[in-house]
Amino acid sequence: MSLRLPKNRQPNGGRLIDRAKPLEFTFNGKPLQGYVGDTLASALLANDQLLVGRSFKYHRPRGIVASGAEEPNALVGLGEGQRFEPNQRATTTELFAGLKAISQNHWPSLEFDIGAVNTWFARFLSAGFYYKMFIHPRPFWKHVYEPFIRRTAGLGRAPDAETRDADRYEQIHAFCDVLVAGGGLAGLTAAMGAARQGKRVILMEQAQFGGRVVVDGARIDDRAADDWLADVLAALLALPNVTLLPRTMVAGVHDHGYALGYQRVADHEPGADKPRHRLWRVRAGQIINATGAIERPLSFAGNDIPGVMLASAMRDYLVNWAVVPGKRVVIVTNNDDAYRSAIQLHEAGITVAAVIDARPEARGALPARARALGIRVIEGTAIHHVAGGKRVTGVALCRQDGDGGAISEHIACDAVGMSGGWSPVVHLWSHCGGKLLWDEAGAFFRPDPARPPLGHDGQGFVRALGSANGAMQTTDVLADAASAFPAEADDLPGQAIEAEPEGPLAPVWMMPARAQYPLRMKMWLDPQNDVKVSDVQLAAREGYESVEHTKRYTTLGMATDQGKLSNINGLAILADALGRPIPQVGTTTFRPPYTPISMGAIGGEARGAIFQPLRRTPLHDWHEANGASWEPVGHWRRPYCYPRTGESRHDAVMREVKQTRDSLGLLDASTLGKLLVKGPDAGRFMDMLYTNMMSSLKPGKCRYGLMCNENGFLMDDGVVARLSDDAFLCHTTSGGADRIHAWMEDWLQCEWWNWQVHVVNLTEQFGQIAVVGPNARKVLETLGSDIDLSCEALAFMEWRDGVLAGIPARVFRISFSGELSYEIAVPAGQTRALWDKLIAAGAEFGVMPYGTEALHIMRAEKGFIMIGDETDGTVIPQDLGLNWAISKKKEDFLGKRGMERPGMTSADRWQLVGLETLDGSVLPDGALAPLESVNANGQRQTQGRVTSTYFSPTLGKGIALGLVHNGPDRMDEVIDFLGEDGKPVKARVCDPVFFDKAGEKQNV
Amino acid sequence: MLLLTCPCCGVTAEESEFANGGEAHLTRFGPGASDAEFDGYMFARKNPRGVHFERWRHAYGCGKWFIAARCTVTLEVFATYPAQTTEPPIDVIDQIKARRPEWEGYA
Repeated sequence: MSLRLPKNRQPNGGRLIDRAKPLEFTFNGKPLQGYVGDTLASALLANDQLLVGRSFKYHRPRGIVASGAEEPNALVGLGEGQRFEPNQRATTTELFAGLKAISQNHWPSLEFDIGAVNTWFARFLSAGFYYKMFIHPRPFWKHVYEPFIRRTAGLGRAPDAETRDADRYEQIHAFCDVLVAGGGLAGLTAAMGAARQGKRVILMEQAQFGGRVVVDGARIDDRAADDWLADVLAALLALPNVTLLPRTMVAGVHDHGYALGYQRVADHEPGADKPRHRLWRVRAGQIINATGAIERPLSFAGNDIPGVMLASAMRDYLVNWAVVPGKRVVIVTNNDDAYRSAIQLHEAGITVAAVIDARPEARGALPARARALGIRVIEGTAIHHVAGGKRVTGVALCRQDGDGGAISEHIACDAVGMSGGWSPVVHLWSHCGGKLLWDEAGAFFRPDPARPPLGHDGQGFVRALGSANGAMQTTDVLADAASAFPAEADDLPGQAIEAEPEGPLAPVWMMPARAQYPLRMKMWLDPQNDVKVSDVQLAAREGYESVEHTKRYTTLGMATDQGKLSNINGLAILADALGRPIPQVGTTTFRPPYTPISMGAIGGEARGAIFQPLRRTPLHDWHEANGASWEPVGHWRRPYCYPRTGESRHDAVMREVKQTRDSLGLLDASTLGKLLVKGPDAGRFMDMLYTNMMSSLKPGKCRYGLMCNENGFLMDDGVVARLSDDAFLCHTTSGGADRIHAWMEDWLQCEWWNWQVHVVNLTEQFGQIAVVGPNARKVLETLGSDIDLSCEALAFMEWRDGVLAGIPARVFRISFSGELSYEIAVPAGQTRALWDKLIAAGAEFGVMPYGTEALHIMRAEKGFIMIGDETDGTVIPQDLGLNWAISKKKEDFLGKRGMERPGMTSADRWQLVGLETLDGSVLPDGALAPLESVNANGQRQTQGRVTSTYFSPTLGKGIALGLVHNGPDRMDEVIDFLGEDGKPVKARVCDPVFFDKAGEKQNV
Repeated sequence: MLLLTCPCCGVTAEESEFANGGEAHLTRFGPGASDAEFDGYMFARKNPRGVHFERWRHAYGCGKWFIAARCTVTLEVFATYPAQTTEPPIDVIDQIKARRPEWEGYA
């Protein structure tokens, strides 16, 4: 059984825990106790909770394997309600009082799981079984297989859809000369070196400062590593140019020295008044990858049974938390380092039944010391299999160089520590394209210093140091790290170091070396996703040669741990099966983040009301105070309508349309884009931008214009006013102002840069109010103006500057409703004053504000198009009956050549028509008109679609605009559109102008 | 996220401060152009593996368009220069050749 040792059994009684501060927590509802300083994993082990979850495919019992970020098994659901989160790694979860954890992927319970029957069928659930099993019969996919797979997908349970994350998250931008990832011996040494050179340094450490140096028991500068660590941290903290960030992982390295740091600020203090996570967005001159190395498991039968653990993790649990995985331990290894675990366990009073060493001989200093302590060392030997179910009960041994035919010995034990050597953590080096070398002696990939990721200046910007660079022995780590930022004086800490040297390891990818199938199908490579040695070998036999394909076919390394333990072993097995050297097979791609980071941290503060910036018109507050029902338009909010007490939105819209058509309505048109185009070449430029001739427009006049892109597709429309010989004011759509401004700048800067024109976006400098209805002129006249507003003096499509109600104003007589209508632009700061005066003066005409929906209905009644409704990026002006707005005289304009292509001039295009239902109902928005015929894919063909559809209060029936195949030639034809219930709705093709065809109302 | 230097205002800034505008130095073909010419102008892009010239706008800065010469493989930025030119300036070509002797040159 795993347990916590009493204080006196271990030199420092567990260096990270405070036994004076016990903590209560629960696992699957069971009350347990740990200490401040525990991780959830160490606390579970201290309570003999070996079984912590079930594997994904076979639902095999799973125990804790590792002590850090590489842990594949110990994933739990943490917290409750709004703070519940699945798939949290117990090894990196700091224990706190009241922590509630639940295990995952089992039913009905962790101890007894029905899904575990899958393991009996493992023969049939081999690599790629999804692809093979769920193909036939075809109809089963939708109704049987997919629902089943969806239910079984994923380990943890997703939080309830209705819960909202109770925590807050934030992001911070930071800049430094050197970002150090990893606060172990190498990282601390490099940070100190860089700091002493005056560089601005940020150091991020995801777990414990010091890394492995204390656990591995080195002596530095004639001090215990613990004391050295305290001194170095104190020295770094005292330096103003150093920022030390604990609980912070460098999640990813991105282009040109950009890196993301993930700081778990308050995971261990839920409910504290702090952001839970902070995402550091760092731009660094240089990034130091000092992320250490991860021990590899060994592949032997039954290596997934709870109680089988990394040998180094056993040492971590012992030294850091005074926890041991069992009372009688077997260590299995191919290298000297694992002897450190054997020796430390022995010295803590735990029985080390044997060290099984796969090498023919183990003659280094560490094996010698183990032997001297009386530990039995068995050379040239493999674990044949591990005995046990939910926990280890023993191991059977055989010769490593055989096929496992003969068992030489059984040894009873309750835990197995395994070590297959170490792999440098090269993720950060690799994220941005740093290349790797295969190191024959260490049997690992390490960074190739000649091929680092490159910065904007073409120089490498990541440097790997220490174990991450392949320097596995403590003395080498220090020498490598110290070389990065050499000091003038030799007063750097960590000059002298004492650590026991290690002998060479022997690569061992399988135990025994020529194991037969029954053993190979019980050797786990990826314990979370249940990928075994036999699966990778099967993939190779089936023709999967690329490591990337094999990964996806077998799901090796695709679990939440991303194969930190399994990848090197897996590709060694693949290389062996393919008969190729390992470096030729290569690695899969390392992608950020290193371990999963929260979506909350990625979103940061951008949620709720501040998800996006909000643009407000000068009248926003009036609308708000007067009950506007809002509609988002780009980043703007516009009133959709102004419902009165007891009124529905529909009722309000009907009332607003009727009042405006009968008497007087006001619209806040301030969002309208207003671009000033000015200069000697303004006319020439305008003629290129718009499809119509704009250079012939006289000052004082307005003209409706269309803008197309080079494909000939309509992209924006609006009224252009000529202000003077060299200046035009272009009105754009509300959502289009910034886009069209950028479009104009693009042509001026990059194509016609010698033309003398400049463009200014005045959209927010002016408020604009539309005064609309038969009484529009009367109300303006009562306000008093030096502009003659009579029909003759200010004709339709003209504008004048002057003073209105004492406010400098530009009055445009233009109409988007078909009514007598003026749009009045005034300085933004005086818009509210004018609006208030209009509301007051309009009272005698029953004036009402109207919203965007009334605007839409009135323009649709008049057959006016709306960009984004009648257009979708594939519609040309000719489709909309706007040929009159396309100049035939101009030699060139943007889109002219595009419109000449056969597809654009074809008679087969869908074109704008009006649609009236036979029963007066309103067609569904976007409704399609299907034909009986089908296309090559068996899908129904269509002959048209609805682009705008409303109930017209003016006409008392549903009206619609639509694009219909050859529409204008099919007047009065009745076409079936699909109704919302799927039943056809009959509509008659008609003229798109439904109301006041002669335009009499606006010409008064 | 790239680091780019705007040649107009001299600011070196994050990629998110700029807007990409696709391949640079395209020749516009308008009315009178053949179908092949127009098709090439609208749709055919070099999409090179290696040295690439592309348009960027300092959208959240001075608003100016400029052209960046960079490597699509290593993301190294060789130079940035104002957009008012129909082909890369000689000094930019020289800078690229110094870094990429095997480059066949601007065509």
